[in-house]
Amino acid sequence: MNKILWPALLAMALSACGTTGGTKATVEDHSSGKTATSGTETTGVGSGGVTGNAMGDAGDPRKNPASPLSKRSVFFDFDSFVVKDEYRPMLEAHAGYLMSKPDAHVILQGNADERGSREYNLALGQKRAEAVRKSLAVLGVKDSQMEAISFGEEKPRNEGHTEAAYAENRRTDVVYSDEK
Amino acid sequence: MLRAVLLLPLLCLTVLVAPFSAHAAMEIQVIGGAANKIAVAMVPFQAAPGQPSPALTQIAGDDLNRSGQFRLVDTGGAQQPVMPAQVDYGVWRGKGADALVVGQVAAQPGGRFVVRFYLLDVLKQTQLAGYSYTITPGQWRATAHQIADLIYAKLTGIPGAFSTRIAYVQKQGRRYALEVADADGQNPRTVMRSNESVISPKFSPDGTRVAYVSFEDRKPIVYVQSLQDGQRRRVAAFKGSNSAPAWTPDGRRLAVVLTRDGASQIYLINADGSGLTRLTRGGNIDTEPVFTPDGQTLYFTSDRGGSPQIYRMAASGGEARRVTFNGSYNVSPAISPDGRYLTYISREDGRFRVTLQELASGQTRVLTDTARDESPSFAPNGQAVLYATVLGEHGILGTVSLDGKTHARLSESGVDAREPAWGP
Repeated sequence: MNKILWPALLAMALSACGTTGGTKATVEDHSSGKTATSGTETTGVGSGGVTGNAMGDAGDPRKNPASPLSKRSVFFDFDSFVVKDEYRPMLEAHAGYLMSKPDAHVILQGNADERGSREYNLALGQKRAEAVRKSLAVLGVKDSQMEAISFGEEKPRNEGHTEAAYAENRRTDVVYSDEK
Repeated sequence: MLRAVLLLPLLCLTVLVAPFSAHAAMEIQVIGGAANKIAVAMVPFQAAPGQPSPALTQIAGDDLNRSGQFRLVDTGGAQQPVMPAQVDYGVWRGKGADALVVGQVAAQPGGRFVVRFYLLDVLKQTQLAGYSYTITPGQWRATAHQIADLIYAKLTGIPGAFSTRIAYVQKQGRRYALEVADADGQNPRTVMRSNESVISPKFSPDGTRVAYVSFEDRKPIVYVQSLQDGQRRRVAAFKGSNSAPAWTPDGRRLAVVLTRDGASQIYLINADGSGLTRLTRGGNIDTEPVFTPDGQTLYFTSDRGGSPQIYRMAASGGEARRVTFNGSYNVSPAISPDGRYLTYISREDGRFRVTLQELASGQTRVLTDTARDESPSFAPNGQAVLYATVLGEHGILGTVSLDGKTHARLSESGVDAREPAWGP
C-alpha cells in the first residue's frame, strides 16, 4: 500500500469529483400513460461554506502535488476499519488546513469492495469514513466541518474482481465541498 | 381438489425457454420443479375469425409452469372445446390431464373484449371454476395472470402470486433505472432514472408507493415515490448516510438506517419524513431492518458479535437476540408472509447463497447453487423467493421455490438486473 502512485491517485480523486452538479435523476410515471418528468434536482451535499480559492488556483496548497494535502485516500485492510499510521502525516495536514480555514468543509466518502450485501457494504464503507472522521476530530477538526458518508460498493474506483481491485476499493476519500 | 406432492426427490430436469416478443422485457428460463406435478391441459381460447387472439393461455400456462407445480399437457390433435358441455372427458383423461381449462374471447362494441373461461376437474368431470372478464385491449396480460392465479388457487389451495409485481434496478453502462414489472418480468415500466446508483427498492404494503435509496445527490438518501403519479419525497436526508428502508406493515412508517449519530443505526420515521425515533443504540453496524408481518418484531443485520449475523428485537426497541449461527456472514433478512420462515444470504466457502431458515426449529436449507446471490424477498403468497445473482458477469434475477427444486431465471441481454423486491 506504500507503493501507491500519488499523482495518479490524485488525478483519480480529482476526476471523481470533477462532474460538477451534473447528476440527474428523473422520475417517470407510466401508470397513467404519460411520462411526467417531475424530477430534480437538488444541490449537492455539504452546506458548509466554500473557501475563497478557485479550482485550479496555483496558490491552493491542496492542489500542490508536493503537499500532503494533495493526498486524499486512506486505504484499509480486509475487514478492517483502523486508520494505519502511514496516513498520519496526510491527516495532520488536512486537519491543519481545516482548522486554519473555519469555512472549509470536507466530505469523507467511505467505500467497500463488491463482495456481499450492498446495504451491509454501505455500512462497512460508513465505518471507514467514520474512522477517518474520528481521526480528524482527534486532531482538532470541528464536527461541523466534516460529514462522513458512504458509497458502499456503488462507486468502485477499480471495477475488477481481483484482490488488488478490492483493496483499492476499501477506501475513504477526503473531498472538499468547494472542489465538487 | 388436486394437490401436488412436493416431497419426493426430483426425478426429471426439464429446461424450457420461453422468449417473449415484448421489447426490453426479460427472458424467462425455468429449471426443475416438483416431482408430482399437476397435469393441466389448457385449450387455446377461441376467438372469432379476424379478431385478435392474444396469447392468454400461453401467458397463464407460462405462469403455472414457472411455479414448478404444474405440467402443461399438449392439447394438439384433440378436440378444442370452448364450453364445459362440449368436453369429452375421456379424451383428456387419455392425455393424462388432471385438469382442463377451456375458454373463449368475444369482441364487444367499443373495443372491449369478454373473456370467459372454465376450469374443469377431468377425473371428477366437474367444474371447479368459471369466470368472465370484460377487459380493454391493454388488459390481456393482467387477465392472463388472474386466470393463472385462479387455476393455481383452485388446484393447490394456495393463493397465486402471478398478478403481483416486482421492482428491480437496471444498470446499463453508467445509467441506472428503477423498474416495476409484472412478476414474470414482462411489462416493465421505468419509474426513475439516474446517473448514480439506486439500491434497496421496497414496495409499500399496499403497492402504491416504493421506497428506495438514491445516490443522485452524492450521498445515500431515502426517497418514497408514488407509483400512481410519480411524485416523490425525500424521507431521510440527514447528515451522513441514509439507507435500508423497510415499511411497517401498516404502510405508515419506515425503518431506516442513519449515521447521523455516528454508527449505522436503525431508526423509525413516518412515511412523510416526520417523527424520527431511534430504535437501536450501539457503536456497531445495525442495518437491513425488516418487520415481521404482524409488525411486532424487527429482524436486522448486525456485526455486534464480530461478524455480520441476523438478530431480532421487538419493533419498539429493546434487547436483540441472535438468530443465525452457522458461518461468519449472514445478511439481508426477509420474513415470509406467514411469519414462519426467514430467508437471507449466507456465505460459505466464499459463495454467497440464498438460505431458508424455519424460525420455529432453526433448521436451515441452502436454496441456490449460485455464488453471488443478493437481496432475497418472498413472493406475496410465500411460495418462492426472488433474489439477484450473477451469471457470467451478468446481473440477473432468479426465483426459487422454498423446497429449492424449482428455479426460474429472469434476464435481459446487455443489461444488469439487481436489487429486486417482490411486491403486492
